[in-house]
Amino acid sequence: MKLHINGCDMEVDDAMGERKLINFLRDDLDLTGAKNACDIGACGACTILVDDAPSKICIKRVKDIAGHRVLTIEGMAAPDGTLHPLQQAFVELGAVQCGFCTPGMILVAHAFLLREPNASREQIRKAINGNLCRCTGYQQIIDAIERAAVHYRRPQAKLNPVDQAYAPISQP
Amino acid sequence: MNTASNKGWRNDANAKVTGRTKYTDDLKFARLLHAAPVYTDHVHARIIRISTEDAAKAQGVIRVLTARDVPGSNSFGQIIKDYRIFADDKIRFNGDVVAMVVAETRDLAIRAAALVRVEAEALPAVLDPEEALKPGSVLVHEGHGSNLVNTHRIRRGDIGRGFGQADFILEHEFRTQSIEHAYMEPEVAVSVPRQDGVIEVYGSMQHPFSTRRFVAACLGTPLSAVEVVGTPMGGGFGGKDDTAAIVCARTALAASLLGRPVKLMYRRDWSIRESYKRHPYRVSYKMGVTRGGLITAVQCRILADGGAYCSVTPWVTWRSTVQCCGPYVVENVHCDTFGVYTNNVVGGAMRGFGSPQMNFVVEQMVEIAAAKVGISGVEFRRRNMVRQGSVTITGQKLDTHKVAMGEVLDAVLKETSYEQKLARCSHGHAEGDELYGIGLAMSYRGVSLGAEGVDFCAAVINVQPDGSVLLEVGVHENGQGAESAMSLLAAEELGISVDRIRYRRASTSTVPDSGTTVASRGTIMGGGAVTVAARELKQEMAKVASERLQCPAAAVRFEKDALFGQDGRSISFDETIRLMFQAQRFPYVCGVFKAPRTSWDEHTGKGDAYFTWVYGCQAVELTVNKKTGKVRLLGATAAHDVGRAVNPEMVRGQFFGGMAMAAGYALHEEVRSKDGRITTLNLNTYRIPRSSDLPEMTAIIVENPDPQSPSGAKALGEPTTEILAPAIANAVFHATGRRELVLPIKLTPVPEEFPEEECRL
Repeated sequence: MKLHINGCDMEVDDAMGERKLINFLRDDLDLTGAKNACDIGACGACTILVDDAPSKICIKRVKDIAGHRVLTIEGMAAPDGTLHPLQQAFVELGAVQCGFCTPGMILVAHAFLLREPNASREQIRKAINGNLCRCTGYQQIIDAIERAAVHYRRPQAKLNPVDQAYAPISQP
Repeated sequence: MNTASNKGWRNDANAKVTGRTKYTDDLKFARLLHAAPVYTDHVHARIIRISTEDAAKAQGVIRVLTARDVPGSNSFGQIIKDYRIFADDKIRFNGDVVAMVVAETRDLAIRAAALVRVEAEALPAVLDPEEALKPGSVLVHEGHGSNLVNTHRIRRGDIGRGFGQADFILEHEFRTQSIEHAYMEPEVAVSVPRQDGVIEVYGSMQHPFSTRRFVAACLGTPLSAVEVVGTPMGGGFGGKDDTAAIVCARTALAASLLGRPVKLMYRRDWSIRESYKRHPYRVSYKMGVTRGGLITAVQCRILADGGAYCSVTPWVTWRSTVQCCGPYVVENVHCDTFGVYTNNVVGGAMRGFGSPQMNFVVEQMVEIAAAKVGISGVEFRRRNMVRQGSVTITGQKLDTHKVAMGEVLDAVLKETSYEQKLARCSHGHAEGDELYGIGLAMSYRGVSLGAEGVDFCAAVINVQPDGSVLLEVGVHENGQGAESAMSLLAAEELGISVDRIRYRRASTSTVPDSGTTVASRGTIMGGGAVTVAARELKQEMAKVASERLQCPAAAVRFEKDALFGQDGRSISFDETIRLMFQAQRFPYVCGVFKAPRTSWDEHTGKGDAYFTWVYGCQAVELTVNKKTGKVRLLGATAAHDVGRAVNPEMVRGQFFGGMAMAAGYALHEEVRSKDGRITTLNLNTYRIPRSSDLPEMTAIIVENPDPQSPSGAKALGEPTTEILAPAIANAVFHATGRRELVLPIKLTPVPEEFPEEECRL
């Protein structure tokens, strides 16, 4: 079956289809940004994006992403290491503490802002409801998403990392 | 200044937002084996036989380990050595591990774990701490002679006289629940046997040195044969102490016996089942007050369910005892505290460490008393709170630092327009379905270990020949940003850019044992050591530079990556380092900060319990739905005196995270058990606050640098999480007219009109 992960195409044996997706990404591809913290889809630490929609992969199989476009946290920054504006906002506004929820949180926020760049603070709060964080109380995470939303509202902005075309963004 | 220009700076943030950070389970090693623990269904039982043959023969299994395989000590503990690497004589709670399967893959290890057979004689379990204290109770540890882990007491003044002077005597019983740390990353460890005979341990734990003691004791090796390597961790909150160390020790044992790297990654249900929790408390509290609104006496009895092992119950309950009257001056105090063994899950360290329970009691008692006297809760607090030069209930005079109790209280009152909003509270009556309330709570808190332990910390600054700086401190990065705070303090003191500084990967083999990163001591102790080290380095550098600068060494200033003399002459930092090497002087220092003296008399409960104190106040607004009893938080505000905010964005993060945890404690978190077996075993049933459960929060950072802290910084990790629960309880009272004395607060629908006598108080 064909997989498209972080802009790369790959072909894996159909027999791989039943493998747990999180183990495939973490163990086989060393994409360890997705974390397994509950194994039942309750916490969101394992979130990736499939066709720009969040997916909790601790309860998914490899076959579930066959033929779909996958983005993991490892695909968010530009190839030269430049942070995505959303990642940059997380860094600058103190949205990162232990960092275990951070990859899932950023990806959920990214999917949400692609869809709703004009979201209110309250809508942002609701959008990350399925991703648990024990360190931050979510306040600065919401601050960061709110700040990054400015970039998603720019008509010319290329914010889908798969395009890998966004330029470094200065502070709004 | 560095702190201002590097607002929010973290040395690890870039790696964390890009997914490059390697936590313990992300580490890969050649020939890595995986382990799985074996539990039994028992809660209390005498072990007769553990049969591992079937499991050992299962596919992929390399070995099954039990207590018999432990070459060193199977027992360990920070206070009483009653924790077991593997249960040997008895199973004392449902989370006891009797064996561990090591296999080629994790799945195979888990599958084989089910094949271990345990023959055991079930014993009656004691699950109620009050029952456990009665003569003739089932004993959890027969050798201990009773189920009493420890007692503490305070005897101050004469409570008979104190209650005699009172116009009102108020007496209530409070209960708090067991809660789970719920760090996002469950316990995990990997141990790797090294060619030089050292066992290298990577793990999610907040105390590399204590872990090393556990591991070395288990293996029967000297401390130098174990190297615990600091690894990024997904949260601790006090919870990655004993249990995490045991997880590390089990992998070290397997790695040492098998000569291969071994990983033990906990499932969430194992983590919740086995790891220690915040102690459930029962508190009987009696307070005498005068018509003038002064507290004349307090008598209290504190009972803490310590569960099956001692862990740090004596230390947790000591803080509860010292702080049993909150931040109030009380001349007559009689406090008796009991830590008790039961067959429940272990009670241990959790952010707050014995204060959230007591603040839930005290901060409601003062409001109950205020209502009786007929003054506002705020006015009552003002009349009784500690001020500059006040003497605490243990006889400690608060004169070494600024006593900022009034300052933080005023800050919160002003920010929230508290008095105006208080007048609008529903008190059980509202037009629509939503009852409105605002409430507050405040506390003072002794900083760091206090008279609980020996308290000192080291920092090593090692400047390289090119002027770049390696820094290592004996505190651990738990996710809070300790490494960043240490780096910022070093940069500031040395007058250099923080970009010069590399925080070394921490290891127990390279920096002196500086204790555990607990008790909100990271910034004050680690930062103290960094500041001392930087000052010592500056003295050495100034000696070398003084000739060039033509000024006495003492007059040399360090700023902008250079050293300046009195007449404006300067020499760069790099050049000074080059001169030092030329002069055969290493720019290498190990700075030590020793906590100032503390004291404690266990018989009278007198002493200078902590060398400094912090002050905090929090308020919360909420609504309670009359029909459903559902509480909605509308906003929360906190003011804490942190001494000095080293990294302001991270300071704010501690505020918000602490308040969020306290909101969960107040309203829905509870480790539920049935017959000693925990039923809330994953994050779907153990519900921590979600973003939509929480309100917008406001952080007011108050800074009164502490003269005894070299960096001026004090503490804030725990203060932020110890008072929102009583603030919520007080707000619920102002909304509904009903007092909630049991945590978590479970509100039933509020009757449309309920008469005064139906109030629970």
